[in-house]
Amino acid sequence: MTPLTGYLLVAALLFAIGLAGALVRRNAILVLIGIELMLNAANLNFIAFWRYGPHPEALTGMMFAIFSIAVAAAEAAVGLGLVIAIYRHAQTTDLDKMNRMKG
Amino acid sequence: MSDCGPAAIVQFLWLIPALPIAASGVIALLKQPKRKAAARLSIGSLSISLILSLAAFAHVLTHWINLAAEKVHPVDALRETVNFTWLQFGTSTVDLGWILDPLSAVMLVMVSFVGLLIFIYSTGYMAHDENYTRFFCFLSLFAGAMLGVVISNSILLLFMCWELVGLTSYLLIGFWYHKPSAAAAAKKAFLTTRVGDIFFLLGIVWLFSSTGTLLFYNHGTGSLEGWALAGLLSQHAGLGLTAAGAIGLLIFAGAAGKSGQLPLHVWLPDAMEGPTPVSALIHAATMVAAGVYLIARVYPLMQAGALTGGTTTALTVVTWVGASTAVFAALIAVAQNDIKRILAYSTVSQLGYMMAGLGLGGVAVGMFHLITHAFFKALLFMGAGSVIHGIHEEQDVRRMGGLKVDMPVTFITYAIGMLALCGFPLVFSGFWSKDGILEAAQVAAATSVAKAPFYMLVFGALLTAFYMTRQVSYVFFGNYHGHKSAHESPSVMTVPLAILAFFAIALGAIGTPAWPWFRAFLEGRSAGFDLHGFAEPGLLALMATSSLVVFIGLGLGWRLYGNNTPKPEEPDALEKSAPWVWGVLRDKFYVDELYGVTVIAFYAWWARVADWLDRRVWGGAVACVTWAFGLWAQLNRFLDTNVVDGSFDKGCEELSNSGGLLARVQSGRVQTYLRILALAVVALIAILVWSARP
Repeated sequence: MTPLTGYLLVAALLFAIGLAGALVRRNAILVLIGIELMLNAANLNFIAFWRYGPHPEALTGMMFAIFSIAVAAAEAAVGLGLVIAIYRHAQTTDLDKMNRMKG
Repeated sequence: MSDCGPAAIVQFLWLIPALPIAASGVIALLKQPKRKAAARLSIGSLSISLILSLAAFAHVLTHWINLAAEKVHPVDALRETVNFTWLQFGTSTVDLGWILDPLSAVMLVMVSFVGLLIFIYSTGYMAHDENYTRFFCFLSLFAGAMLGVVISNSILLLFMCWELVGLTSYLLIGFWYHKPSAAAAAKKAFLTTRVGDIFFLLGIVWLFSSTGTLLFYNHGTGSLEGWALAGLLSQHAGLGLTAAGAIGLLIFAGAAGKSGQLPLHVWLPDAMEGPTPVSALIHAATMVAAGVYLIARVYPLMQAGALTGGTTTALTVVTWVGASTAVFAALIAVAQNDIKRILAYSTVSQLGYMMAGLGLGGVAVGMFHLITHAFFKALLFMGAGSVIHGIHEEQDVRRMGGLKVDMPVTFITYAIGMLALCGFPLVFSGFWSKDGILEAAQVAAATSVAKAPFYMLVFGALLTAFYMTRQVSYVFFGNYHGHKSAHESPSVMTVPLAILAFFAIALGAIGTPAWPWFRAFLEGRSAGFDLHGFAEPGLLALMATSSLVVFIGLGLGWRLYGNNTPKPEEPDALEKSAPWVWGVLRDKFYVDELYGVTVIAFYAWWARVADWLDRRVWGGAVACVTWAFGLWAQLNRFLDTNVVDGSFDKGCEELSNSGGLLARVQSGRVQTYLRILALAVVALIAILVWSARP
C-alpha cells in the first residue's frame, strides 16, 4: 500500500463520516459540521494528489486547499447566519420541522 | 325620338311615383298625433307629382304638335323610354324601365289630379278618425304604386306596382279592421284579385320565356314590338290560339281580377266597407281602372295577328266579358239599397263598358271612357261620402230622402255626376265616351257576326239611367226618412266636388266626333275641328238612339220613384210588381252563394283533408321520428355514462394518483433531497466505474 492510498482512504473515511452526519443528524448545526468534514476530505485529496502527483514542485494543490478553506470559512459564516435566522424565526434548529418550502 | 337621349322630364319620370312612396315611408315613422304633418306630406308630395305629371304631359303634347305639323308617322316617335338592367342571370337579364307616351301621360295626369282632390277631401272626411296618419300613409303608398303602374315600361315593374296597389287596397278596405265585415271584405278582395294575378304571373313568365325580354318597348326589341310579336304569333298554344293570344288571355285574367270583371267581380262591392275616399280613389277612379289600363298597354299583344278591321280571339273574349259584366252588374245595381253598393255595381258595370270599348274599338275608345269615368265616378263617390258624412254615417238610401234642401252643393254636383254616368246627351262627358263605345260596337256588329254586344251595351245604358235615377230619387227627393238632422259638408269636401263636377262636363269636349282630339292624341294622329265628324253614316242615328235610351231610363226611374220614394219599411216599387226578379237581383244573382257552395266549399273540404293529413299522417311521421331519436338519445346516454365516462374517469384517477405519488417526493425536507442527491451520485459513480471497467 502506497502512502497515497492511505491518504485517500483516510479522506474517503472522512467524507463518509461527513456525509453520514449531514444526512442523519436533525440539528442544523451538526449538518453544517458534517458538510465541513466533507469539504476537508476533499482538501485532503487535493493535497495528497499534489504531493504524490507528477509535479509536486508547482504549488497548485496547496493553492486549491487554501482557497477551499477560505470559501469554507465564508460558507460556514453564511450557514451559521442562516441557522441563527431560522432559529429566531421558528425557535428551533430541527431540520425536520423546516419543511415549509415544498410546493 | 331625339338623338341626344330622352329629355330631362323623361329621365326624372321615376320621381312621380317615388315622391308619394317616400312620403308614405316618412309618414309611417311619424307618431299617431302628428296629423297635420302627415296630411301635408301626402298632399305636398302628390302636388309635386301632379306638377311633374303635367310637365310630362306638356312635353308629350308639344312633341305631338310638332310631329303632327311635320306629318310624320308619329305613334312610335311619341314614345320615350328609359330602361336599365336590374338583375342578370347568366345570359338573360331582367330589365326595368319607364315609359312616357300619350297613354301614360294621360293616365299620370288623371291619377295624380283625381288623387290630389281625394287627398284634400280626405282631410275633411277623416278629420275625426284617430288613425288619420295611418290613413294618409296607406293613401300615399297607393298613389305612388298606382303612378308606378302607369309609367312602367317593364311588365315586371308593372306587376310589382300592381301587387303594391293590391296590398294598399287590402289595407285600406280593412282600414276599420275592428269591424268584422271590413276585415272579411279586405280578405275577400285580396284573395279574389289573387286568382286573377296568378294567371297574370303565368302570362308574364310565358312572355319572358318566349321573347326573352320583360320590356314593352326597347327600340325594336321589346316584347310589344314587331320582332317579338311575330315570334309569338308563330307559336301555337293549342285550342286554335297563338302564343300571343294565350298570353293576352292570361294577362286579361289578371286585369279582370283587378277591374272586377265577371266572374271575379264579387270583391268590388264588398270593398265598399273601406272609408269613402278610398272607395272613390281606389275602387272607382284609379285602381280598378288599372286592369283596363293594362289591356290598353299590352294592346299590341291583344291585337297581334288581326287582319285589317278584324279581331282576335283575345279581343273577342275581352269584348264578351266586358259586355256581360256591363249588363250583369247594372241589373244588380237596380236592386241595391246601400248608396255605396249601388255605385260599386255601377263601377263594375262601367268597367265592363271600358273593356268592351277596348275589345271593340281600340285603346282610345276604352281609355276615353276610363278618364271620363274616373272623374264622374270619383265625384259620385265623394258626393256619396258627403251625404253619409252629412247624415251621420247612414248608408241605406231608404233612410235618406229630400236632401236636396239640406245639402244643395252636394246635390248639384251629385246630379252632374249622375247625369254624366247616365250619358245625358251632349252636355256631359259620359255621353261622348259611352257613345264612342256604342259606335264601336255598332261598327263591329256591322262587320262581324256578333251583334249581341251592341244590344247588351245599349240595354246596360238603359239600366244605368234607371238605377241612377232611382238612387238620386231615394237620396235627394221625396221626404227625409232618417232620424238625425242633415247638414252640408265643410268646404274642404265640397270644393273638390265642384272641381270634379266641372271636369265631368268639360272633359266631353275633347272626345266629340267633331273634334276627336283625345283619340288622335293617343293614336298619334293629328286632329282638327271638323263638324263633318258628325256626318259619318249612322252616327247621328246612334246618338239619337242612345239619347232615347237614356231618356227612357230616366223617365222610367222618375215614374217609379220620383218624388214618392217609399218609407224604409215599405217594399220597393219594383219589388211590388215583380218580387221574384227583385229577390234575385237583390241577392246579386246568388254569385256569392254559388262560390260559397262550390269554390269555398271545396277549399273548406280540402282544408279539412289537409288538416287530417297534417294531424294523422305527417303528425304521426313526425312523432315516429321523434320517438326514434328519443330512443337513440337514451342509448347514447347509457353508453356515455357507463362506457365513455367510466374509462375516462378511470384514466383521470390514475393520472391523479401518479401525480400524488410524485408529489410526495417534494416533502420540503432538505435532508430527504440531500439523501436522494447522495443516492444519485452513488448510482452515477457506480455506472461510471461499471462502464470504465477494462
